[in-house]
Amino acid sequence: MHTLLDALVVLLVFTNLRILGLSRINASIRTVAAQGVLLGLVAAIANAGHLSPRIILIAVVGIAVKGVAFPLMLFRALRAVKIRSEVEPFVGYIPSVLAGVAAFLISLAVAARLPLPVRPASDLLVPTALSTLFVGLFLIVSRKKALSQALGFLVFENGIYAFGVGIAYEAPTMIELGILLDVFVAVFVMGIIVFHIAREFDSIDTTRLAALKE
Amino acid sequence: MSPAGLVPAGGAVLLAPLFLGIIHRTKALFAGRSGPPFLQVYFDGIKLVRKGVVYSGTTSWVFRLAPIAAPASTLTALLLLPQGGFPALVSFPGDFVLFVFLLGTARFLTVLSALDTGSSFEGMGASREAAFSALAEPALLLCLAVAVRESGHLSLSGIVGGMTGAEWQRAGPALALTAVSLLAILLAENARIPVDDPNTHLELTMIHEVMVLDHGGPDLGLILLGQALKLWVMGALVVGMFLPGHTGSPWLDGSLFLAGMLGLAVVIGIVESTIARLKMTRVPQFLVGAGAFAVMALALVMR
Amino acid sequence: MFLRRALLLVTAATHAGLALATWFVRTHDAWGGALHLDEIGHPFLMILSGLFLAAAVYAVGYLRRESPGPRADFLEGFRFTNAPEAVFIGCLLFFLSTMTLVILSENLGLLWIAVEATTLASAPLIYFHRHHRSLEATWKYLLICSVGIGLALLGNFFLAVAASGSSGAGGSLSVRILCERASQLHIPWLKGAFLFLLVGYGTKMGLAPLHTWLPDAHSEAPSVVSALLSGALLNCAFVGILRIFQVCAAAGIASYSQGFFVLFGLLSIALAAAFLLAQRDYKRLLAYSSVEHLGILALGLGLGGVAAFGAMLHAVNHSLAKAMLFLLAGNILAAYRTKNASEVQGVLRKIPVTGALWLAGLFAITGTPPFGTFVSELLILRGAVEQGRFFVAGLYLALLAVIFVGMAATMTRMAQGPAPGAPATREDRLAILPPLALCLLVLLIGVYLPPPLDAALHRAAAALGGG
Repeated sequence: MHTLLDALVVLLVFTNLRILGLSRINASIRTVAAQGVLLGLVAAIANAGHLSPRIILIAVVGIAVKGVAFPLMLFRALRAVKIRSEVEPFVGYIPSVLAGVAAFLISLAVAARLPLPVRPASDLLVPTALSTLFVGLFLIVSRKKALSQALGFLVFENGIYAFGVGIAYEAPTMIELGILLDVFVAVFVMGIIVFHIAREFDSIDTTRLAALKE
Repeated sequence: MSPAGLVPAGGAVLLAPLFLGIIHRTKALFAGRSGPPFLQVYFDGIKLVRKGVVYSGTTSWVFRLAPIAAPASTLTALLLLPQGGFPALVSFPGDFVLFVFLLGTARFLTVLSALDTGSSFEGMGASREAAFSALAEPALLLCLAVAVRESGHLSLSGIVGGMTGAEWQRAGPALALTAVSLLAILLAENARIPVDDPNTHLELTMIHEVMVLDHGGPDLGLILLGQALKLWVMGALVVGMFLPGHTGSPWLDGSLFLAGMLGLAVVIGIVESTIARLKMTRVPQFLVGAGAFAVMALALVMR
Repeated sequence: MFLRRALLLVTAATHAGLALATWFVRTHDAWGGALHLDEIGHPFLMILSGLFLAAAVYAVGYLRRESPGPRADFLEGFRFTNAPEAVFIGCLLFFLSTMTLVILSENLGLLWIAVEATTLASAPLIYFHRHHRSLEATWKYLLICSVGIGLALLGNFFLAVAASGSSGAGGSLSVRILCERASQLHIPWLKGAFLFLLVGYGTKMGLAPLHTWLPDAHSEAPSVVSALLSGALLNCAFVGILRIFQVCAAAGIASYSQGFFVLFGLLSIALAAAFLLAQRDYKRLLAYSSVEHLGILALGLGLGGVAAFGAMLHAVNHSLAKAMLFLLAGNILAAYRTKNASEVQGVLRKIPVTGALWLAGLFAITGTPPFGTFVSELLILRGAVEQGRFFVAGLYLALLAVIFVGMAATMTRMAQGPAPGAPATREDRLAILPPLALCLLVLLIGVYLPPPLDAALHRAAAALGGG
């Protein structure tokens, strides 16, 4: 079990690096979907010692929402927008991957110093969560296309969720589902706005959204 | 210094072309053809040895040196690596660094000979080769560093064959990452798809092929042997690092090793048949990715 | 169509009625204690209710005046349409419910969900006029606030770690339970939680330097929506911060948190002052003024004592005055068809009631007697001086003076002068009555603070460790 969890967590880090290095948006969406599914599995396995219907429900709903619903919405937005790939972002692809690796190393160092009251199921969970968070923020800041920024937001939320799993925080079921619902609606609204941006500007390059200043 | 180390060296020289033959056959099978015979590379070598050779007027002694010195360098690297239960001919702490540098020397000589021809064709290949190796070599060293850290030995003799179930249990993810990284580096260093297509002859897409364009006859035969040896050496490194080796009986070790090499040849053939060749601008990203995996694996084992 | 608008008015009136009833009837907890109206939530609920009622009345008039179909943009001349009215009213009502949920939440997890929901409810409202500027404002708003609120979720997790451990059943995010077990909270994690929650909800509140979405969103949204955003939504985010401050105060790190409040408060006021001076768009002017006033709220909370009471009073005053000003800005925009202050002249002559209220609003928002804002800002100043923090007091006073000059220069120039074009038009009653009512309320508070309100605000301040 322990190595299985470690392997899944390493796969999570791999998905982060992959998104950082990819320029094709539909491949990025698929990678974020894989990340969501991995997170659901990690959440279930990390609590494998004391599985309950509640945990299984939350894991299943999580996988369904993150692994299926979000990609579907984003693919629909992508089809409506008719673009294939990102333009050259503010930070190039190779520096992005290197930044992702650096983020992982820094997270390892930081997490080693965090005094956690309960030892998490895997030593790698908290560093991975922190690095995923950072990768999400990095994507939002460095990418130009609005869809890529929305993907960055999803990765950011995944990181926070992973942190919650890592510290073994058991929120009441309603709160967990509420959080998932919030992110779902946020992505839904973002998809709609992206569609409007595409229609309005004939592109979803956010460097064009610069009319409002000062 | 153990004389038993000469056995794998001799075996490698004999079997390396067969390794190449298995890869070609696998690729052909995937393409639905029956493909060349397994021993085709031997026949090619013999044919080349019987031919005469013409040297261009612009070349110098460097051009004539490379076909001899490069395979020799690779062969020397081979002597450092224990294979199939046989110990290495020479081993000392830190010999893995020498190993990498010997492989680098072989490449250096090849690049020099390409530049020596004075042709822009070879020069282009040489510059590409130099650029990509600048990314691949650090990654290779990082992978070896992971192995050193994990096994606790500073010598290739300690790294190879030390992997047991307990190792995988303890540092599975890190080892998996290292394996993927090493496989990527192997493909890059030996001019395999997805980095370079060994069958292409188009100017824009060649890397390794173009460097040896002007060699002919026995020289080309030696270079072919050198390439086969390099592939064998790196393959032996991969197989040695990741398959458990010290079972005690030499026959079992040997056959396990050969089975591993066979499996690796088939895997390379499958990878070459299923993945498309990368755009030239994507190759640095591919290599940086491999390096990133190695860095992460190192971070994981150093925790 | 009439049914929709009637629904809006009826809901607003019912909400106001229920809020008024809480003065007389004791409320009970719901959802297992997760919904709870306490001393802090009470004044904010009143503000929300009153503001929404005023906004609903104004909105009905606004929707009637907005002609259906495409119309030309004032600034650039292209044609655009509005969102369907049903979407507008539906989102308004959903917005009201989510804000109410924020105020009533006793559980920090539920509060988080509600704050995120307010972002999602208000985004379509900002995008009512469908053109590229409002789209840009909406995208910025959505992305920045969602990331901010995501950080607040991280803060919630930190808080859960702080609360878990020795007590065994820990990890609860109920404010009451956290305050009870405050002595057992793990302080480093609590401090980290506070920082993330401050940054997260501070983004939503408009604390500098996280306020960058505010001017765009408030200037591009319809004036009704801007009034609600400035008057009610920023307060809701402030409530989130108040809740975590309650926990911090109970755990004994009140002075640690207050240091940050003073810092961010002063920074917000200073930044707002800097951007106000050069402002040509009068709606952005009001938006930066919101940043300034939320900074004053943070400063009052950070100073504590009598300044905390001042901050509570200021929350009421600012919401009323700012909402009034935004509604009036809507009237001016409709009459003059430009957002550029230098192109607006003679408001007092063209639309007299609006003009008079506009000047009154100027005095109200800058803290001039006899309006209520004077009292609240003075109380905060007194708090600073009583604690001997003369640098803070001096900086505060200087910045307020700068802001007064900046705003007065622009707003008086708009009001006075000859009226261009057609003579005074008859102003729509529905466009006048809500701002008038709000103005009278602010005036009333300044002249004579009704004892029930006084007592409620004192109770709120006491719950925050002040008085």
